[in-house]
Amino acid sequence: MSILVHETTRLMVQGITGDFGARHARLSLDYGTQLVAGVTPGKGGQVFEHNGFKVPIFNTVAEAAKQTGATVSAIFVPPPFAADAILECYDADLDLAVAITEGIPVRDMVRAKRAMAGRRTRLIGPNCPGLVTPGRGDKSHGGCRIGIAPGYIHRRGNVGVVSRSGTLTYEAVWQLTCRGKGQSTCVGIGGDPVNGTSHLDVIKLFNDDPETDAIIMIGEIGGNAEVEAARWIKAHCKKPVAGFIAGATAPAGRRMGHAGAVIGGAEDTAAAKIKIFEECGISVAATPSDMADALLRIWKG
Amino acid sequence: MNIHEYQAKTLFEKFGVAVPKGAAVQTAKEIEGALAQLDGTNGYMVKSQIHAGGRGKGTFTNGFKGGVKFSATKEKALENAQAMLGNTLVTAQTGEAGRKVQTIYFTEAANLGKRPDGRDDEYYLAILLDRATSCPVIVASTEGGMEIEHVAHHTPEKIFKVQVDPAVGLQSFQARQIAFSLGFSGEIFKQCVTLVTKLYQFYWDKDCAMVEVNPLLVTKEGKLLALDAKVSFDDNALFRHPDVVALRDLNEEDAKEIEASKFGLSYIALDGNIACLVNGAGLAMSTMDIIQHFGGSPANFLDVGGGATKDQVTAAFKIILGDANVKGIMVNIFGGIMDCNVIALGIVEAVKETGLKLPLVVRLEGNNVEAGKATLAASGLTIVSGDSMADAAQKIVKLVNNK
Repeated sequence: MSILVHETTRLMVQGITGDFGARHARLSLDYGTQLVAGVTPGKGGQVFEHNGFKVPIFNTVAEAAKQTGATVSAIFVPPPFAADAILECYDADLDLAVAITEGIPVRDMVRAKRAMAGRRTRLIGPNCPGLVTPGRGDKSHGGCRIGIAPGYIHRRGNVGVVSRSGTLTYEAVWQLTCRGKGQSTCVGIGGDPVNGTSHLDVIKLFNDDPETDAIIMIGEIGGNAEVEAARWIKAHCKKPVAGFIAGATAPAGRRMGHAGAVIGGAEDTAAAKIKIFEECGISVAATPSDMADALLRIWKG
Repeated sequence: MNIHEYQAKTLFEKFGVAVPKGAAVQTAKEIEGALAQLDGTNGYMVKSQIHAGGRGKGTFTNGFKGGVKFSATKEKALENAQAMLGNTLVTAQTGEAGRKVQTIYFTEAANLGKRPDGRDDEYYLAILLDRATSCPVIVASTEGGMEIEHVAHHTPEKIFKVQVDPAVGLQSFQARQIAFSLGFSGEIFKQCVTLVTKLYQFYWDKDCAMVEVNPLLVTKEGKLLALDAKVSFDDNALFRHPDVVALRDLNEEDAKEIEASKFGLSYIALDGNIACLVNGAGLAMSTMDIIQHFGGSPANFLDVGGGATKDQVTAAFKIILGDANVKGIMVNIFGGIMDCNVIALGIVEAVKETGLKLPLVVRLEGNNVEAGKATLAASGLTIVSGDSMADAAQKIVKLVNNK
């Protein structure tokens, strides 16, 4: 298995008729992902066509789920309407809502996250690259690609990758693939201060997944999420973990692109997090070029 | 987005949060009129309005000491204001260049009360997001008027926190908990409950990132007042607050950062001499890190986002070259979806257009990377190619340090 999504997972895209959503819907179809529905309010009944694929468009998430059996949604809706789109997923009892949208107001996310507490729908993101479970075909074709990651850089295998950042995830994945090490699932949890799924949530899933043998965890300055995950790893994780923390040179109090990447206090710095990683037995990559090798130093695959 | 103290206090008043009466001026000729509106029985406070902290202990480049001054008389207030207005204030947070003071805020000085133990009757109050719980949290302390980080480190028992459930908002009992935790009773207790309630309403309604009142004080006359006000807003929510956007003061922002934002670039200037241009925030941060790891010093954070078009790359080069400290550039692009050759063509055009003479190392990875590298090689320009992030960082550090 893999975690969260698999080759057979049926996906819908909210905002499939927008430029951004449409572009990535096409790439997911080309990758062989089971993209079975689109949702754009007011455009129900239309069809999204690409390379011979015909994806029906629905007015609501509930209708799309009912008609097509889609259990997961990728959200490409503009920021002012994105929290509403997320809440529509939990109303429809989906398994997973993946919010790609960048720039959602924090207050909207605070309310959305509170509303989803205790519900079955899991949120990943927002402001995230999404997730990929690589397929077994050429260049990992046939996998489940949700979001904006390049599919072809993956390779099916046994390393789980979790990260806040998109391009750093691709960097780690590409390093693994170039060394012949494939991935079970790669999860981008997003760079916002309020997100649906934390590093720790994903680490726990990897720990329980029989296909995942080793883990790469990529973090940043700001917040306590990586530290929380590292402490849990020390106490409970059965699998080797390598880690990297970005932002060693970031000045305090400045937002480094991601809304969540701000050094708030002494505990937030890269140096403090790296120290805790090391104390927790995580193999720390000295540079972002060293992420796959940091894992291979403690895991032979 | 940050705003000035006088703007924050105007908003506080609108929401019913008690503040000392005040008036702001931008020109010398407004000073007398502003002072005439205020009651100077207890004297006046004359406060330089810049976004950076540490104003009270700051020094002006003309030698005048103190960006916040108590003035016993109207004449003294006028004199102090004239010394500050239009001059440059250097504080611990402004850097050596300092900030030009373009607004002076006068307030009626408060008659600070004393606690039974003789200490000033000052408190601390803030509202912000608690990332661990994804809920707003109200932070209060009996130790006002000092750095809250200091209090948290040395006397954590003097910090009280109340977490607000966003489903129902701040409850009355929670406002009472804050007022009790600060040791208030009677009339001041009631004022505190009101102030906390109104302040939370302001924080929530206006999409604030943080509201901080330090100090919150009790006057001898028995009034609870927000003596200082620090407010920042969630940039992502500005679209629904045009009244807040109108308070933006571009004089307080870095000109290069403003220019960068026009092209969808996220840019932050640093002190080093190796500029970088990267796609993605996480990769941009770690590109700075890897430059430092190999003995260099990064000049900036620059994220071109997912696109990296020719126009963006050209704009980015121009912004980078506007920094006289820059002695070399490292471009680091993981072109997952986009065609690396398109990026390479953009880089070549940008180098030609800007007449770049500094060493340039480019690391391209991803889609159609071989064609991209060939484009760079065939350009006739002295662009060094890096095979990995580590390789590129080592090359640019060597090129810059050996000059």
